[in-house]
Amino acid sequence: MKGLYDNEMKLEFLSKTNNEAFARITVAAFVSQLDPTIDELSDIKTAVSEAVTNSIIHGYEEEEGIVRVVSRIFGNSVEIEISDNGKGIANVEEARKPLYTSKPNLERSGMGFTIMESFMDDVKVESALGLGTKITMRKRISGSQELRLRQEQICEG
Amino acid sequence: MIVDFRKEEKSLIFVLTEDVDQHTSEKIRRKMDNEIKRYIPRKVIFDFSNISFMDSAGIGMVLGRYKLIKMLDGNLEIINVNRSMKKIFDMSGVSRIINIIEEESNEGVI
Repeated sequence: MKGLYDNEMKLEFLSKTNNEAFARITVAAFVSQLDPTIDELSDIKTAVSEAVTNSIIHGYEEEEGIVRVVSRIFGNSVEIEISDNGKGIANVEEARKPLYTSKPNLERSGMGFTIMESFMDDVKVESALGLGTKITMRKRISGSQELRLRQEQICEG
Repeated sequence: MIVDFRKEEKSLIFVLTEDVDQHTSEKIRRKMDNEIKRYIPRKVIFDFSNISFMDSAGIGMVLGRYKLIKMLDGNLEIINVNRSMKKIFDMSGVSRIINIIEEESNEGVI
């Protein structure tokens, strides 16, 4: 029986900034099974890093909490969900605007959401004040030539 | 991070050795600020050749140092950035005010 998706992984970790590298590298390793190009992998790592940073410094404001990452593969697309039970975003539309930041004192540039949007195909933000925020991002992976050829051969044969 | 000050040209070179994100950027900017204030260089170079990753924390890190360097009458140049770093600098407008030089393509070498 075929499931809704081809593969899935889940990660949970404490909201510490030294877990940013752990999160993006783990997601990149999971996505590697789609044989992405170096640029695609780098785009995904950047988007994951932005979302995880948001959960840690805005969601939990550097207090301890749990950040959850779920990644799923459907065909040649990857979906990445990053969620927290932090304070939530009062105005999502404003937060998504380029250069908007609530923390200029931390030298935050306000480019996090803009980067996620331009590095991924689709970014959805769900947030409730006092409950938390969930970001769902999707990207289609072009894959290397070799993998595509192999898939075609399998389909034809 | 490797720091090299060349006395004759009064240039200060920082070779980054850790990927730049929210976690590492605080430590990096503190170290850079100390060295910049100590040498008051004419020219500062950030060399990104030894790292492979930077997220938006790099924008604030670069702009903050740029302001300090300008205030001390120096210039900043960033060299050996990869394609994804270049995209971030272009998107945020950083490349309109700071000279950014991409690394030579090494596609496929990883």
